[in-house]
Amino acid sequence: MQNRVVVTGLGVCAPNAVSLNGFAQSMAEGSSGIQFQEELKQLNFSCQIAGKPNIDRINLNNHFTKVQLKGLNASGLVYGVVAGVDAWKDATLATASSKPDWDNGIVFGTGILGVDKFRDAIYQVDAGEVRRLGSTTVIQTMASGISAFLGGILGCGNQVTTNSSACTTGTEALLMGYDRIKNGYAKRMLVGSCSDSGPYVWGGFDAMRILPRKYNQDPKSASRPMSATAAGFVPGSGAGALVLESLESAKARKAHIYAEVLGGAINSGGQRNGGSMTAPNDEAVQHCITSAIANSNIDDNDVDAINGHLTATSKDPNEIKNWAIALGRSGEHFPYVNSFKGHFGHCLAAAGSVECVATVLQLEKGVLYGNLNAEDVHPDIAALVSKSKILQKTIDYKAKIIAKASFGFGDVNACVIFSRY
Amino acid sequence: MQKQVLVLEMSMPVLFLAGIKNAMNEKEKYQKLKEIVQTYLPDDVSVDAIRPESNFTTELNINSANLVDIVLDVEDVFDITLENEDMDGMLTVGDALTIIDNKISDK
Repeated sequence: MQNRVVVTGLGVCAPNAVSLNGFAQSMAEGSSGIQFQEELKQLNFSCQIAGKPNIDRINLNNHFTKVQLKGLNASGLVYGVVAGVDAWKDATLATASSKPDWDNGIVFGTGILGVDKFRDAIYQVDAGEVRRLGSTTVIQTMASGISAFLGGILGCGNQVTTNSSACTTGTEALLMGYDRIKNGYAKRMLVGSCSDSGPYVWGGFDAMRILPRKYNQDPKSASRPMSATAAGFVPGSGAGALVLESLESAKARKAHIYAEVLGGAINSGGQRNGGSMTAPNDEAVQHCITSAIANSNIDDNDVDAINGHLTATSKDPNEIKNWAIALGRSGEHFPYVNSFKGHFGHCLAAAGSVECVATVLQLEKGVLYGNLNAEDVHPDIAALVSKSKILQKTIDYKAKIIAKASFGFGDVNACVIFSRY
Repeated sequence: MQKQVLVLEMSMPVLFLAGIKNAMNEKEKYQKLKEIVQTYLPDDVSVDAIRPESNFTTELNINSANLVDIVLDVEDVFDITLENEDMDGMLTVGDALTIIDNKISDK
């Protein structure tokens, strides 16, 4: 027997807000979290804007012990712990006291963890001061540091792991946790992902010339998903977290249910047929979407809205074309579609989870969030989709089913189907 | 090899007129550039496909992500620095040669 899986907790640490309520408000209002970054200017970046969570007003003593805070220099780890612990509390779950809870697990992904900490370590090692690294370097720079920190704080006794699949990471983590509960291996899984802020993470993308270079004086207009004037993705950072739970467990403890995860799919284009390290194989994207629809036992026409990957590069029309082909829907029949990257940029490894949190909030609040900076819809997109489906403002709309997809370097794809419960 | 260079000369009159006083250098530059580009060709594209009019991504099938690496190699080999605007106009092998010429003469 397979379990139904529902979402019972949400947490977020995003460039536009670091609390769930603030995030919901920012998404609905369409306020941008993208800002000019003086540090990037000093370092001669072409793109000097980014999305970075403002955690100045968060009291980290509520999330970390004194010892953990000592020498803490891993921004993604901080975002991940804040989002993860907040999601757990939002689900009204307790932290294990004396012995671990064997039914609680974690899949919390990242692209690379503790880059700033690693930089410190490299300087110390090169100076022959390896002894001075102390005990904090390994735990803040190992990829699984984030799931390890959360596992310890919450006392989880089921699988505690970190996945990594570039910009697909967050959505993949959700589906990995979903599989585990569906198959009866766990009752509750904290899923999500985090991504560091700063020049060492963003620099490589700046060098690849895929970031916008002409919006340094106008950061809020820079991230333009689906726009004819899209000029590249704005680098972001942060973390999103969701508590997934078997329907049975959620009902038994009378938990609030935000949404149900009906199913989903993960695949790869094998870097063949137009797919490469950096570009998706269209056929694989379509296959991922149709598989997700099929294993969710729904029909193409049941999808009320799409939250795309849509990063604001020249690939956006391609993605829309893939959705249209996969769902067999176009023009007025195409579902509503939005991208949240206009609000907070592309949070890289954290993108999928932060966007999944926002997608679930749409179901919870009975709204669909408007796109930012998509007034001038790309002609290739307008040729496929009625402009009325590309929301310019948040609308009240009780969607029953929303599809969310993420795609990443390495030609990897993930698509999840959420339903109102 | 000699034959190829001849083809090149004929298809690039403008470039060669501009650099006529230093014709040997032009051949050397082209050869150096070709060696750089060669590294980034996919397995199914032969070196012989490289011509001045070849578009890096649409004809030589070079992954657009690798264009930035070609630029870095060009900077190292020719001891020049390319600006963002230079790279925007670098669609073909010939474009790259023109940019290299301009940068060297600006030095």
